[in-house]
Amino acid sequence: MIPQRHYEKPLRETPFHPRTAPLNRLQNWGAWAGYMTPSCYGDSAMEHTGIRNTATLYDISPMIKYRIRGPEAADYLNRLTLRDAARLPVGAVHYTAWTDDAGQVMDDGTLFRLGADDFRLCCQERHLPWLLDSAWGFDVTIGDETDRIAGLALQGPVSATVLAAAGFDVSALKPFRLATFPLSAGEVTISRTGFTGDLGYELWTTPEDALVLWDHLMAHGAPLGLVPTGTDAVMLARTEAGFLTTNLDFIPAQQALREDRTRSPLELGLGWMIAWDKGPFTGRRALMAEREGKTSRWALVGLDIPGNVSAEGSILYHGKRREAGFVTAACWSPTLKRNIAIAHVAAKYADCRDLWVEIYALRELQYHKLMLPVTKTERPFFAPDRRRATPPGRF
Amino acid sequence: MTYDAVILGAGHNGLVTACYLARAGMKVLVVEKNDWIGGAAVSRELTPGFTYSNCSYVASLFRPEIMRDLELPRHGLQILPYEGGAVLQEGGGYLGMFRDHDANRREFARHSPRDAEAYDIYSRDVLRHCRFIRPLLLRTPPDPARFRPRDMGELLWIGKQVSALSEAQIAGMVRFWTMSISDYLDHYFENPVIKAYLAVSAIIGTALGPMSPGSAYVLLHHYMGDVDGNIGAWGFARGGMGAITRALASSLRSSGGEIRTGAAVEKVLVKGGRTTGVVLEGGDEIRAKRVISNMDVKRTMLRHVDEADLPGDYIASVRKFKTRGSSGKLNIALDGVPKFPALPEGSTALKGDLHFTDSIEKMERAYDDWKAGHFSRDPFQDVMIPTMIDPTMTPPGKHFMSCFVQYAPPKIEGRDWTDADRDAFGQTCLDQIERYAPGFKNLVLHVEVRTPRELEAEVGLTEGNIFQGELTFDQLLFNRPVPGYANYRTPVRDLWICGSSTHPGGGVMGAPGRNAAAEILRDAKLSVRDMSDAWAVL
Repeated sequence: MIPQRHYEKPLRETPFHPRTAPLNRLQNWGAWAGYMTPSCYGDSAMEHTGIRNTATLYDISPMIKYRIRGPEAADYLNRLTLRDAARLPVGAVHYTAWTDDAGQVMDDGTLFRLGADDFRLCCQERHLPWLLDSAWGFDVTIGDETDRIAGLALQGPVSATVLAAAGFDVSALKPFRLATFPLSAGEVTISRTGFTGDLGYELWTTPEDALVLWDHLMAHGAPLGLVPTGTDAVMLARTEAGFLTTNLDFIPAQQALREDRTRSPLELGLGWMIAWDKGPFTGRRALMAEREGKTSRWALVGLDIPGNVSAEGSILYHGKRREAGFVTAACWSPTLKRNIAIAHVAAKYADCRDLWVEIYALRELQYHKLMLPVTKTERPFFAPDRRRATPPGRF
Repeated sequence: MTYDAVILGAGHNGLVTACYLARAGMKVLVVEKNDWIGGAAVSRELTPGFTYSNCSYVASLFRPEIMRDLELPRHGLQILPYEGGAVLQEGGGYLGMFRDHDANRREFARHSPRDAEAYDIYSRDVLRHCRFIRPLLLRTPPDPARFRPRDMGELLWIGKQVSALSEAQIAGMVRFWTMSISDYLDHYFENPVIKAYLAVSAIIGTALGPMSPGSAYVLLHHYMGDVDGNIGAWGFARGGMGAITRALASSLRSSGGEIRTGAAVEKVLVKGGRTTGVVLEGGDEIRAKRVISNMDVKRTMLRHVDEADLPGDYIASVRKFKTRGSSGKLNIALDGVPKFPALPEGSTALKGDLHFTDSIEKMERAYDDWKAGHFSRDPFQDVMIPTMIDPTMTPPGKHFMSCFVQYAPPKIEGRDWTDADRDAFGQTCLDQIERYAPGFKNLVLHVEVRTPRELEAEVGLTEGNIFQGELTFDQLLFNRPVPGYANYRTPVRDLWICGSSTHPGGGVMGAPGRNAAAEILRDAKLSVRDMSDAWAVL
């Protein structure tokens, strides 16, 4: 039930708020889907170091979560999303995306198979009408459980050691697999998933057990270097990993005001996830036509840029003159010591030859214009072996 | 078989040179006398379960341009910024350091409200000097006494940089390069503890006291590095400083380079004024088109090259090159975190550097002992516990403590160090820490004590000088190591020097190795795809 006077507090508190608030020594909060979560607890550089060096806790409760149940849940998801949901084993997770009928991406997210007929879809945007409309003819029930699931991302090379210390043996858990453990009177589901490109897990429980989980992890993890981290550090880590963020790296089709803003999965570098042979799915006809006609308008690329000035928001030029694309995410990566960017380039410039980036470097209130040559580079930018190792390393 | 290049010594600079040369397509071999690689950027396990940073212990100077070019992060290198630090005062007080600007200002204000605000002005001024000097790090210094086109071009370039400065700034710069850190700090600060904290960077690794002219430049040398663009900040290499040379070795091997350990060089072969390779101890001969020494200039020239193959004035200059050692090191395995009663519970100070020298006068007195040929009775120590941040070096709950100690002379009253001297030196340092952390000694599981004697014998640093030659102004730029040979060349054709004896000098910076590679490649008419110029500062 939504209280009548909800408008007096437009940003709600997550189930972890009683713990995150006192730790947020800068009182630096950000809005995330109607909730407040820390952007930075005190020092983003140290929080990012935590992600790459020890272990970090990040409150992901505001993530939108839909529960999809029913004997035809797998068929339904196969119609809805790009990957083959029927081939997702129980106890596994996959990264997927879905499009409208024109084959334009509406969102990406992670699909959890909790049981044979039981799935959870986690994503950035809200899709209830689309999910319900798409369910016509399928024996499924769909519900928003965003508020009923508290989520914590535990990320970093020491994260498995922290879980072991807390009594959760995840040594056999492979990437994109999940396991359930008792917690207090209830339980916690731990999936080996994350948004940092490093070793990491996501922990899911009820709002009632949220604080028990936080306290339990902190008690066992703090001596091992476990620290809370805010969104700023996580976003830096995700850029290093080369992950996309909806509404930052692409505009979801259902929100695009300008028709040319939408992107197909092929244009976002997500072509690999399309299960072309699984049978009909939404957007299939349009995507087949795009693939066969080679009509993709854009290509999403990873770029390496000389120097150390981040290219955030920059425009790309061919031969320094003709506009060829734009940067959606960029950073000088502290982990890689490289200046990296995720960019959209017009399809004909997809090889990135003779491509230049115009960067405005702010130096004591004055912008200096830089025109630098870019090199196409593989994405993920940062992909250490430790993220995949099973059993995971101690650090 | 003939190598294109054989590099003598697998220290960080030798490996940096080797990496760039291998990437340019040269057939490269690195020979190392020890059974392990790393030189003074080394991590060894001397007691089970504990990894030390045996020599150098913090990172800041190592150029990120080099890490990028050689893809060192992909080869496992991670630099961890650290936070905190404190000067513990006699009598129980302390001055803490914080990354947060306002927290740091208030901490300084606890000691002096005036100095707290003066710190911003001081930082601005030092940063101005950094902005001038940083672009010089990745360039071969021009020789003003020669009129070769490249020297002229480089001199013009420097002239252009200087002409952009105001008269006041030029005057300030020359003063800064030549004055003592004590005098320099007196221009800004009044509080003795704040001055003692800031003076530290001016004496580290240097046979100067804080009141010696020229010490201010040494501060600049330590300040001009950065961690992720944070100028003057320092960090740890994850896994210890050996992680840097391990990543370099991995990068080198991935581009086809070879490393041979347990291979000490006996002699550089010279024929008709040109080197043809080296002979190893034991008689193995390695043919190479060029030989590049990562050893300091004295060790290279006075021990491994025939005097007959070198001009007399060059040998004389090499002999006079100052390499006086000034420091020692304790590496300690601890059973737990020592308790410093002066620090509040949960203080971040233990995640940074701890000092016990709370006035410049005390620091100078420690130097007085060195001048008299003793190690300091009340030494300056830079104490760190890297494992407060790095989870990889010890088992959980155990810790590695690194203590950098000044002053320790190359000889005790003119004679060689004995084991008894070394033990007394170690005891002096442990006693000092115990005074500020009662019960500390009970936590000690193992100690490695290193005096200039051990540094010379094991790492090969002449007189135990950690910079392969002092960083005084008379030994910088075109005077480093010898006038006329600042371009990484030597009087022997195809024999090069790439270590910290060359510009821009010591510290785990990699710049000498990178610049030497640039000169060697230019000489060989080769190029490498990735060799970044110095990145912009702020």
